[in-house]
Amino acid sequence: MANDWNDTRPLSPHIMNWKWHVTMATSIFHRASGIALYLGTFVIVGWLIAITMGESAYETYAGIIGSPIGLLVQIGFTAAVMYHLANGIRHLFWDAGKGYAPGFANVTAWMTIIFAAVATAVVWAYILTSVVEF
Amino acid sequence: MAGKSIRTPLSSVRGLGSAKEGAGHFIKQRVTAIALIVLVPLSLLTLMCAIQGGYEGAVDYVSNPLVAILFLLTTGAAFYHMRLGMQVVIEDYIAKHTTRAVLLMLNTFVSIALFAAAAYSIVRIGLGA
Repeated sequence: MANDWNDTRPLSPHIMNWKWHVTMATSIFHRASGIALYLGTFVIVGWLIAITMGESAYETYAGIIGSPIGLLVQIGFTAAVMYHLANGIRHLFWDAGKGYAPGFANVTAWMTIIFAAVATAVVWAYILTSVVEF
Repeated sequence: MAGKSIRTPLSSVRGLGSAKEGAGHFIKQRVTAIALIVLVPLSLLTLMCAIQGGYEGAVDYVSNPLVAILFLLTTGAAFYHMRLGMQVVIEDYIAKHTTRAVLLMLNTFVSIALFAAAAYSIVRIGLGA
């Protein structure tokens, strides 16, 4: 990036200069969760491949994704799914020209964050209490 | 046409939009997003069931025709959607021409390879092979 940038005029203020606000955070989270989901699909595809490779390969794979780090990755993936889903719906309303009023945008921003947290907690409360074997 | 178009005469003659594909990227991103609003929650619920019975349970679930079709649709829409999303991320942050071109190509290859791997696995599990 630096290689091609030879414009010496001052740059507009960037994230270091902005006052933090929740709509900015949701925008950053949307891109971050999108990138996380991109990487997370490797885990899902790995699970499908492990099934085709037979029982012993599946058990090995289940052992890896069922380890503490594996579970952390899965919980993070679930949170990214829930957040990106909720905030994606918010984006679609914006595309239709609705939901831009600052007060309302702040409310929907918090709603997406809270939804992601609650939905992730519900999914994993269910899995960790009822799934005995991965 | 002449009265209503916002294009310059030169651009009409060339017949190209500014990014050479008009709003195609925008529309594809939204259409796949709308499909995924339905497909992702259904797939997630199915996965929550499919991981409960170990290997046998996973095979049983994925080989169910409805589940297999759901997974094919979800992976198809998801890999298309994430390729478009990652394309924008690359275009936003990578200004160097060759690096950008290589990463954009890699993004396409990775997305298609993931879909091929997922589709092959789903079909193979479904056929019991």
